[in-house]
Formats: sequence, C-alpha cells, structure tokens
Amino acid sequence: MAMSNVGRPTAPAANGRNVSGNSGGFASLTGGRGLLQDEPLIFEEGGWDKTGVDLPEASADAADLGDLVRTAPIGLPGLSEPEAVRHYVRLSQKNHAIDLALYPLGSCTMKHNPRLNEKMARLPGFADLHPLQPVSTTQGALALMDRLAHWLKVLTGMPAVALTPKAGAHGELCGLLTIKAAHEAKGQGHRRTVLVPTSAHGTNPATAAFVGYDVAEIAQTDDGRVDLADLEAKLSGDIAAIMVTNPNTCGLFERDILEISRLTHAAGAYFYCDGANFNAIVGRVKPGDLGVDAMHINLHKTFSTPHGGGGPGAGPVVLSEALAPFAPVPWIVSGPQGLRLIEEPAGEAAQAFGRMCAFQGQMGMFVRALAYMLSHGADGLRQVAEDAVLNANYIKARLSTAMTPAFPQGPCMHEALFDDAWLEGTGVTTLDLAKALIDEGFHPMTMYFPLVVHGAMLIEPTETEPKRELDRFCDAMLALAEAAKSRDAERFKGAPHLAPMRRLDETLAARKPKLTWRPGDTTVAPAPLAAE
Amino acid sequence: MRYLPLTPSDRAEMLDVIGVRSIDDLFRDVPEKARNKALFDLPPHAGELEVERELSGLAALNRPAGAGPFFCGAGAYRHHVPATVDHIIQRSEFLTSYTPYQPEIAQGTLQVLFEFQTQVAALTGLEVANASMYDGSTACAEAVMMAQRVTRREKAILSGGLHPHYAATTQTIAHAEGMQIVRLSAAIDAEAAVIQAIDAGTACVVVQTPNVFGVATDVTKIAEAAHAAGALLIVVATEAVSFGLLKSPGEMGADIAVAEGQSIGNALNYGGPYVGLFAAREKLVRQMPGRLCGETVDADGRRGYVLTLSTREQHIRREKATSNICTNSGLCALAFSIHLSLLGETGLRRLAAINHAKARELQAALTGVKGLEVLTPRFFNEIAVRVPGSAAGLVEACAAEGVIAGVPFSRLDPSAGLDDVLLLAVTETTTSDHIAALTAALSKVIR
Repeated sequence: MAMSNVGRPTAPAANGRNVSGNSGGFASLTGGRGLLQDEPLIFEEGGWDKTGVDLPEASADAADLGDLVRTAPIGLPGLSEPEAVRHYVRLSQKNHAIDLALYPLGSCTMKHNPRLNEKMARLPGFADLHPLQPVSTTQGALALMDRLAHWLKVLTGMPAVALTPKAGAHGELCGLLTIKAAHEAKGQGHRRTVLVPTSAHGTNPATAAFVGYDVAEIAQTDDGRVDLADLEAKLSGDIAAIMVTNPNTCGLFERDILEISRLTHAAGAYFYCDGANFNAIVGRVKPGDLGVDAMHINLHKTFSTPHGGGGPGAGPVVLSEALAPFAPVPWIVSGPQGLRLIEEPAGEAAQAFGRMCAFQGQMGMFVRALAYMLSHGADGLRQVAEDAVLNANYIKARLSTAMTPAFPQGPCMHEALFDDAWLEGTGVTTLDLAKALIDEGFHPMTMYFPLVVHGAMLIEPTETEPKRELDRFCDAMLALAEAAKSRDAERFKGAPHLAPMRRLDETLAARKPKLTWRPGDTTVAPAPLAAE
Repeated sequence: MRYLPLTPSDRAEMLDVIGVRSIDDLFRDVPEKARNKALFDLPPHAGELEVERELSGLAALNRPAGAGPFFCGAGAYRHHVPATVDHIIQRSEFLTSYTPYQPEIAQGTLQVLFEFQTQVAALTGLEVANASMYDGSTACAEAVMMAQRVTRREKAILSGGLHPHYAATTQTIAHAEGMQIVRLSAAIDAEAAVIQAIDAGTACVVVQTPNVFGVATDVTKIAEAAHAAGALLIVVATEAVSFGLLKSPGEMGADIAVAEGQSIGNALNYGGPYVGLFAAREKLVRQMPGRLCGETVDADGRRGYVLTLSTREQHIRREKATSNICTNSGLCALAFSIHLSLLGETGLRRLAAINHAKARELQAALTGVKGLEVLTPRFFNEIAVRVPGSAAGLVEACAAEGVIAGVPFSRLDPSAGLDDVLLLAVTETTTSDHIAALTAALSKVIR
C-alpha cells in the first residue's frame, strides 16, 4: 500500500492490506470515497483574491489613520458562495451528531435539540438586541431572563440564581467565587482548601485551583459513593467548601447526601454541587432540599441547548439564601419603571463579588432553554428524569449479560458505568472497543472516566432515545462483546475501519504541534493516497 | 410530550427487563425526605404553537437594533451576516455534535477549528491561536493569568482605555488567582499613562485598540517598554472587523492578542453567546488556555486533525491545568470562520474600509450638531463625544424619538466621572438616513 512516510500511526494498517478505501480492499481511482468528498483547507483552494460577499468600494480613504493602517497582506483566502457552501457541507458530513444516532457520551447529556428553540432564539426581538441599549427598550429580554430564573429557582428549590456564567466550568468558578466572598464577609477568609471526591470532573479541581484554593481529595467507598468517614476526618476549619456531583460521575445518587451537607455545614464550609447530572433528577428532586449552597446548571445538558461541536453553553448558578448577596453583577431587579439591571457592585448589590464577563450572559441560550422548559412543563420535566433513568437502567440490564457493571448492586441513575474486567485476556482495550463501536454507527461512550474505575465506559443515553434505538445500540455492544471474547482482535485493533478517518496519531500531533496552516507548508496530501 | 419517544408499553417492558416494579424503585437511593411526589408549581407542558406565541410576545416587547437608527457599540457590533452562515451552522452535524473528542468521526468540526485558528493567527499577526474562548472579556482575563504563568510575576497593568467590563472581569477572575490588578484611570488618551506604570514586577500590560472610546493607537512603544521590563504586552480588540484596516497586534509587538469575535458571523444576541479570539507567540503555546486543534495523520497516512497539547487542560491536569475552561464557543467560532471565508481578504478589507468611511461620515455630521464635542482623534468605526449634561439622559430622550443614539460611558463605568461622554458606533448597516435621523434627534433634545 502507499503510505506517507510523514506519519507515525498509533495503529498499524490492517496486516498491510490496502485499506485506503476502507471497504474490503476496494479503492477508488481518484482517492475519494464515493459521495464522501475529501476536502482541502480553505487555504489550499487558491482564493487569495476571491470574495463571496458583494460589497462596494468605500467612499473615503483612510488617510486620517496614517501609519496605523495595515499594509502587509493578512493572509486570508476567500470563497465564492457556492464554494463556501460546498466546503462546509462536505466537512459537516465527516461529523457524527445526535441527529444521526444515539450519542452515549456519559456526563455530557447528548439529547435531542428541538428546532423550535433555534427558531425562537433567532427572533429579531432577541437575536438583534444590543446588550447596552437602554433597558427601556429591552423589557421583554429582561422579562425572559427573569422567567428563566424563576423556572431554575423552582426546579432547584433555591432562592437565587446568577445567570451570567457562560458554561459549566465558568459556573463552577462563579460558585466558588461566591463562596469565597461569603467566607471573607464572615471573617473566614483564612479557609484555604476545597474537598473534591476522587471521581470528580476535571473542571472541579481545576476551578478550585483557579480561585487559589488547595485541593484535597475525598475517598470513595466500594459502592461508588463519597466515603463519609473520610469526609468527616478531612472537614476542619480550613475547609472552604466541598464540591460534590450528584448524581455522581459513577451515575449513582449519593445516598448519604443529607449527612454530607450536614457535616459540611457543621464544619462551617459550603456545599457546592456540580449540576452536570441534573438531568437525572429534574422535576423529582430539588437540590435545595439536599442542603446545597450553590450549583451550576449546564443549560446545554439538562435544558437541551445544542452542544455545537464544543459550545456555546451556559452555566447559571443557583444560590442559597446565605450566598445570594454575593452573586456577581449584573442583577435583574424590578422597580417602578419595570425591570432594570444593576451593573455595578454597589447599592443593593454592594456585596456582589464582581463580574464574570461583559454583558448579561448567554441570552441566546436562555431563550432556547426557556422554550424547552415551557414545552415540557412541570409534568414533562419530571418525565425527562424518569425516562433518562429508565433508559440508562435498561442499557445496564441488557449489557450486564456480557459486560461487567462497575457497581452491579442497585439501580444507576441517568448513566450506566462499566469497567473493563470483562475484557481481560481478550487483548481488547476500552479504547479499542470504543473505536469499534464507531464502525457499528455509534459515537463511543465516555472512556476512562471517572478515573476511579478501571478502563471505565460511561454510557448516558438520555430520555430522547426511543426503545428501538436503545436496542440497536445494545445489540451492537453485545455483538462487539462476543467478537472480543472470540478473539477477533483484528476488528478492534484496526478500528475504526468504516469512519471518514482511521485512527489518528495523537502522539505525533502533540510532539510536533502544527496548529496553523502556513504558506509553503510541505504537508500530507488531503486526499487519501491511491493504491499502488 | 413530543420530545419523549417512550410509550407506556415501552416503559412497562423495560421495567420488566430491569427487574423492578416501578420507576420509583429506580429512585430508591434518594432520601425519603427529598422525594417529591407532587408536580412542581410550574405550568404544564405546551405545544409548539403556545410556546411560540408566548416567546414571540416577549420578543415583541423589545426594540431590535435593526428597527431603526441605531448607534450602540462598546464591545458588540451590528454587522450584516450572510444568510449562508446561519444556514450552515444549523446543519445537524455541526449544531448537534459534541466537542470533537473522537477525531475519526469529528473531522468536520476539527478541520473548521484548524482553519479558524489559522484565520485568527493571520488577523492578529501572531503565530498560534486557540479554538476559542467564551468571549472577549473572559479571554482577556485568561490572557492576564497566562502572563502570570509565563513571567512568574503578579502585577497586571490595565490601560484606562480597556473596556470597563473587560477590566472588571479580569479584576474579578485574575485577582482571585492572587494577581495584583492595577486599573489606570479611564481617559480618551489613556495609553499615554501606561508606559510609566510599568515596573520590574509587571507581568503584563493590557492595552485595547481601538480603545473603548474608539481611539486607534499604535502600541509599538508600549510593547518596547513592556519588553524592556520583562513584561508581556496583551493587546485587546473588541471589534474584530478593525483587523481589516488597522495594523495587527503582532505587527506592533503584542505577545498575546485577545478579541471579541462577535462582529464577524455572529448576531448581537443581547450579549451572548459570543466568541473569544485568543492568539499568542509560538514560544508561549504551552501556557495557553483552552483547546488547540493540530494536524496529524491517520493509520493510513492521510492528513487529519485532532485536539492536541491537552496535557495543559483540566480533564488531564485537573488542579494543575492552565485554565478550567471546557465547553467554549465552538459554533460561534464556526460562524466566524464561515463569514470570514466568504469575505476573504478582499471582502474584509472592503468591509473595514466601509465601516471607517461611515464613521467619518458620522464624525462630520456630529461636528455640525451644536453643543457636541467629538473627542476621538483617530478612530475605526466608533467615536466618543462630549454632550451637554448627562449622556444617559440624552440617550433616553433620543430613544423616545426612535433613535438609539449610543452607549453612555457611565453605563460601563459610573465612577469614572465621565457622565457626559457618549460612545457611538456605526457599521456597514448604518445608512445616511440613520445618521440624519440621529443628528435631527440630537439637535432636538439638546437645548
């Protein structure tokens, strides 16, 4: 076979067989793969003086700017409109998406994204609104934010919410800054440590460190929960907060949650809850009833704003009575002239800890999330949690016939966690299995997370999957399990065979980082090399 | 409920397979005390028609920017976005995919990110760019913290020309990490005071151009002074279209450039979602925050793209990560990249020139309004004027006349003592009729 000498593949091509066509040794004459077009970079299409936008020449020169004017070429290619449409549509076809099939990434809550929400967010009354135009001209936008805040407060049983954080990790940052401000106001600013369970999302310790806290870990019990004895031993006058995800990242509800919050409060610390898994309990359990002081809510998870290939998200933070005065600006308050914004930490907001970002937060996401909430209502949201949990337990039950659940006793919540004990001796790893799942038409599950479970496979189906899609997924997993156990290692080591790309060399990418295209780059050809 | 596919018989069958009798059995780990038997006090589910009616009603209470003469800028700009952009970002494969952790089935998103990074590097005149931040203000805070990691110094000097929201965000976030933030006084020509504030403990200097008053500045001398003291220069831009006309941060000696990318490809959205641009010198790449997409090859030697250098990131490094950022602004970055590909260098330069020409038209028109003083000497598409009395009151009065006359500086920083300063921006969407309506309204309300 022809193979570039530039690459150092992590996985060998299957036994030297020509696989550039990836379909039983067949290769097209020109290197394409049927209707799946290979697509060069925009920088390789030669459009250095092309534009896809008809604009007139400016009526004045820029002489008034003197030597502030950019004279050297910028280095931006252009595409005509038809070329641009083709470029991006061709690229899009190399992506998997929730609109194509089950997307069982644990902890990510990949659920259906209703198109009504897209339509609503694009109403000119929301999309074409400037963040700094007079509030007298944006009363509907403020009312929408106020309405969203009301739903979030009722659903969580918490009295206040900071809307501005732009994603989950930004919400964590907001929550910890609120806690820090509250401690400082009480003369407790000397508390320096945040306790985080070993199973926590990476953002939890990263955020605590970002705020200047030391991070200490809380051990986990054999049944996948916070070790109360370890927590109690570590709680002291030095602890500012604990950060606990509930349901946790093993997909389990923290049974001792009330005791966890009691112990935490007794030690003078605050309880930060990572709300990434709120989808499992929405409409059934109020975090406020569990003693939570602050919790971010990923609107892009529970409330279905689209993930967009990595954002934008939104991470509003609900707050307890004790923390509410410290919430960051802006605040929305009502007054005699309707709703208004408090944009500085002064007056009523004198204790606000500061500002998380310019402007009012992710309005586009607020509209989508409220459309989703209104569509479901109180009854539909409760059904969301029930069906999400039902779907996960169904997958757990069906796959447990061939795979080893990490915590076999009792039900899981919205996600099912397996370890890799069942793969022992097969020569197949969790990574191999995940890549082979791509060949069967599914996005892999979350792998090797949480870190506390060996070779973890975390499967979150969400409530928007029909039973037959769950069955199709389970059938594929069980077939792969059988193949692994019958020593069909070839299927796994070379996987994926049928995806737009074979396994990519991440080591090469990291060792010699090439992060931008540059003129004159000698590079690997974009098209697959034809067979010799 | 139209988004929930399971039928009652599906549910019964599934409970049977699981081996429990009811849904409640699956929630048995929830403490009795926290189980809610009744529905929450919120309205019941609603059909599309009802939801659309309710939200359209709220939207109708607002006055969209496009409804008439409109002159707000100050960090968000109303530009025309080609229809193609919104069509493509609504394709299922872009809209409904996750962060590209599985590169074999995410090459679409990854190649776009690689192209985006290259475009951002070209615009800013720097070698490397990341795959986006939440917005310009948080990118600014991240840049300051990156300077701390690079220099191992604690002090950041923020120019008085930096957008006050950016300064406040940076102060909130970077201060929490233990940095000392020095905010210089807001002033039209604030850059002049920056150089003398630099000392041996300075990690970075943050300068915005065009600044919040619209003033375009050559920061070369500030770069030299910062470098002489061993500090980094961070250049901020809130209007990305300005890169089509003005010298790039890299050309003027910036080590890190951050910008708000909203004005290319993205709507105003009342403040978000936007997209933060973040670029730096190549030697600093391992201290950068956020995701980076890099080129590699697959098992067949074909070129492909992956997220790389992830040992900087929270999911690998946890408390030792360069930032806690995870979800960023992928779809807004896609919109930015599509719009910029459509523009190309030719289109961007033309667009920038049109914006600048409009601003000159605005300047000339405002010079003719009695009682106004134009303050901005060299500008791109935004200018500051001194008005008689309160700029906020003037804006309210003009709004009653159907003209949104701009942003009173006091809205951004009420303690600066600049209550009589009004910021006005124009773009290619501003017509001569809009400008005439503005001057008419101003002349009427200024007595």
